[in-house]
Amino acid sequence: MRLTCPICGDRDRREFYYLGAADYLDRPVEGEAEATHRYLHLRDNPAGVTRDLWQHEAGCAAWLVVERNVTTHEILQVSLAKDEIRDAR
Amino acid sequence: MVELVARTPCEGLLPYEAGEAELSEIIPKRITSLAPFEDSTLLKPLKTALGVELPAPGQSVKAKDGRIVWTGQNQFFVLDAEVPALDAAVTDQSDAWAMVALGGAAAIDVMARICPLDCAHMTASQVARSLIGHMPAIIIRTKTGFEIMVFRAFAKTLVNEVSHVMDAVAARGALST
Repeated sequence: MRLTCPICGDRDRREFYYLGAADYLDRPVEGEAEATHRYLHLRDNPAGVTRDLWQHEAGCAAWLVVERNVTTHEILQVSLAKDEIRDAR
Repeated sequence: MVELVARTPCEGLLPYEAGEAELSEIIPKRITSLAPFEDSTLLKPLKTALGVELPAPGQSVKAKDGRIVWTGQNQFFVLDAEVPALDAAVTDQSDAWAMVALGGAAAIDVMARICPLDCAHMTASQVARSLIGHMPAIIIRTKTGFEIMVFRAFAKTLVNEVSHVMDAVAARGALST
């Protein structure tokens, strides 16, 4: 498996660290118990396209959002997490 | 009073030669990490002092009395040259890194065995962050070979792993002639 880091280019899987669903980027407002519960514990588990957080740990150290299809192993998109957050604001 | 003796990271370990590859230590005068703030006009004193702009990702540039190396997202190392007073996150890391030069005709074959990156396609002064074995490293392509930087604590492991690969490449070379 290879990922194309927006900064470094095409790189081997072992340079990357996997964190989990990109839901971690949408932090809920403090004090909202139900939203916090959803943020921490509730995840979809689709047989298809997922959005996950990866870090180019042994490379430029950037956090990435990787969109991939877990049934076909196709990598659809890799973008910088900081850009995703900026776009959401 | 105790007299402390300064030792370089690879002291007693290098130089090393095997077949057509050579490994030797590089001791930069100083290593300064530089993480600029968003406002790029704050970097003017750096340009005035060193005569160059910060390099693009994956690049290094020659500067006055040294060079500037891209080392990660929004991070640069200034090697040898002194960094002027600057509005940026600046830290002295001179003692934190081990730096070696890998040269000789077999340098590319050695890298092919120990680094997941296709180093043969790098051009002089290009930089990459990648792995040497399991160690995160900064890899700089030079005209004659590669310069490799790892955390100082990994100096012995770096020399051990690279010299082992150099031996293996030399042995393979001897077999095929």
